[in-house]
Amino acid sequence: MSVVSVERKSAPEPAWTYAPAPESADPGIRKRYGLFVNGEFVAPADGKYRTIVNPANEQPLCKVAEGSAADVDRAVKAARQAYTRVWSKMPARERGKYVFRIARLLQERSREFAAAESKNGGKPIRESRDTDIPLAIAHFFYYAGWADKLDFAFPGMRAKPLGVCGQVIPWNFPLLMAAWKLAPALATGNTCVLKPAETTPVTALKLAEIIQMADLPPGVVNIVPGGRPTGQAVVEHPGVDKIAFTGSTAVGKWIMKALAGSSKRYTLELGGKAANIIFEDAAIDQAVEGIINAIFFNQGHVCCAGSRLLVQEGVAGSLIEKLQSRMNHLIVGDPLDKNTDVGAINSKEQLEKIDRYLVIGQEEGATMWQSECPLPQHGYYVRPTLFTNVSQSHRIAQEEIFGPVLAIQTFRTAEEAITKANNTPYGLSGGVWTDKGAKIFKVTRSLKAGVIWANTFNKFDPSSPFGGYKESGMGREGGWHGLAPYVRLERV
Amino acid sequence: MSTLQAPYPSWSPSPPVDQVGVEERVARLSARSIKKGSKVTALKLALSMIDLTTLEGSDSVGKVRQLCDKAKHVHDALPDLPHVAAVCVYPTLVRTAKEALAGSGIRVAAVATAFPSGQADRETKLRDTRFAIDEGADEIDMVISRGEFLEGNFGYVYDEIAAIKAVCDRAQLKVILETGELGTLDRVREASDLALAAGADFIKTSTGKIQPAATPPVALVMMEALRDFHLRTGQKRGLKPAGGIRAAKQAVQYLVMLRETLGDEWLTPERFRIGASTLTNDIVMQIAKETEGVYQSNDYFSQA
Repeated sequence: MSVVSVERKSAPEPAWTYAPAPESADPGIRKRYGLFVNGEFVAPADGKYRTIVNPANEQPLCKVAEGSAADVDRAVKAARQAYTRVWSKMPARERGKYVFRIARLLQERSREFAAAESKNGGKPIRESRDTDIPLAIAHFFYYAGWADKLDFAFPGMRAKPLGVCGQVIPWNFPLLMAAWKLAPALATGNTCVLKPAETTPVTALKLAEIIQMADLPPGVVNIVPGGRPTGQAVVEHPGVDKIAFTGSTAVGKWIMKALAGSSKRYTLELGGKAANIIFEDAAIDQAVEGIINAIFFNQGHVCCAGSRLLVQEGVAGSLIEKLQSRMNHLIVGDPLDKNTDVGAINSKEQLEKIDRYLVIGQEEGATMWQSECPLPQHGYYVRPTLFTNVSQSHRIAQEEIFGPVLAIQTFRTAEEAITKANNTPYGLSGGVWTDKGAKIFKVTRSLKAGVIWANTFNKFDPSSPFGGYKESGMGREGGWHGLAPYVRLERV
Repeated sequence: MSTLQAPYPSWSPSPPVDQVGVEERVARLSARSIKKGSKVTALKLALSMIDLTTLEGSDSVGKVRQLCDKAKHVHDALPDLPHVAAVCVYPTLVRTAKEALAGSGIRVAAVATAFPSGQADRETKLRDTRFAIDEGADEIDMVISRGEFLEGNFGYVYDEIAAIKAVCDRAQLKVILETGELGTLDRVREASDLALAAGADFIKTSTGKIQPAATPPVALVMMEALRDFHLRTGQKRGLKPAGGIRAAKQAVQYLVMLRETLGDEWLTPERFRIGASTLTNDIVMQIAKETEGVYQSNDYFSQA
């Protein structure tokens, strides 16, 4: 055989890391945003603007008008006028067309919205691209379909709109929460004053652009960004007929007090401390993946996050070992990189709050373990963290941390798991992992939580109602149930 | 048929596998964006892991020599390309391959044990294996008796693997589960655990003669079995997906899965192989594109 001998390198070095894969879409963020009132962007009454920061690098992103009580008043008046003159008189079929149009326009610009959401909020582009924006669009499509079918939603009754809705939303899912609030309100014939969270107003204001493009009658949707005083002005405004709030339990309690004695209706989506229960007969490797999705989705800034892990003692050791190995492969970093699994913490305040809980957990005697991943030099980041040796009496097992921090407890029997899972002031969500169908029904029936997933976690759909027990809130959003809080029913 | 003799694979059964969860995880891993330098690294790594294979009734000395030359000269126009890991042939052609590859560092793998059906008695399978070893095979790719496995005769399959392992001597043993005939991911997991317990150096998905052959969900379940085996025993065994991997992109997706399930220590031909033939040229084509900026047609890459 005549083989020319060529010098060859042996196999390349095993070390292999992924090159940066940045999202190239232009987020289309303006330098400055006014308030969106009566169909146009206007300057705030007292001329105040807040600097919005990109949490991934702590650099300023844009300036956004800070709404005052006077601005809220202007917005509520615009909403009232739009309600009485146009929106409440419009045939439902026509109303639905506008909502469909919002959904379609949003769909056309979804990549741009995803980039903007990640840049403003710090969440990985994979999540804003695959979850936040598509779900927001799905909500508009879903409720648009209900607009002219309300007679079928409430048989024998006529569903009348309430009037002007004041809607205050959080920073963890900025566009999605705006969609959860606006879509059912508009479809049922209400007009809205929406207050986005102080750190994440960008996509709501970009949505205002969409609303302009959709040619929605002026004043039907008004967006007034700002901090807590702005939200307070919305809640307390006498011209508002209904309050929809998603946020912390503390603020939720304040809203209940503020609205006591008034005729305003309200729905509240508040905090959570969900138990994710893993039985020893579960598909363990898929359960590990479910635990990761439950607590590290959106950096743990999820009210329904599975922040308490309850593991049956027979598998606890090996499961924690696997979980740690999996956590070491999480890529923490630039939210706009397509390979990032865990992005930036939304704000400095939230980062400090999470760090405080890491200290509290250790002081209380729990054992802290963090993944070995490198963190970027600038920006607000926390390593994915888990605590073992956690007791029911520890604060990290009782209080909502709202970060990538998992508290792990063990149990022996299903009864013990149920008792521990329900032993919390919250009751928003929960998870059960077992290969036995009968056990799923037995356990989920005993859990006091609004949403319970079996052999999966953090799955959302516009047709499915969402809401909490106890301190996790009042009322439901999503699905048929989500229509009811926005209508007054009259017998035909 | 024999009764269960050895404690298989331990007293705790294999964990159940949830297909929906596996598919979700695979989808997520497949969405990794591998660009530029990391892509070239991955492609070269994948090339170095290929078991270049020909397993046809029509295989001849001439065909196998051609294939071995391709193994040694994947694409000499490009510098710094690694050679493939092994050439995989039927036992009767091991000697030819061995001679053609002498001094190249490329190993010779032989399929044995009445490949691909495995429908033969134990003694025939052992003879088949011994013959391949005597001819000089560095690696043995055996098939399990799927019929026995599906009947629940795990002990029979365990003994079969252990018996073949015993005659393998220094040759590396790859155990083909033929996952396309097992029906569920639960069975894939059970068969993986069983083969590892019985002494497989590698677990391999498929013969390539049955559809579906290697699929990412199956490979992920087998990787999880390997990871658990490592956690339990400290031993690092290998995986070989085979059949159906034709595109460079697929190969890179397998490497992503490997890296994020088993870790960097598995990113070596000693622990991961890809059984393929046409994949080789697609990888070379992609590497050439990364260096030259344009794709060339098939005519610029030698076929074997």
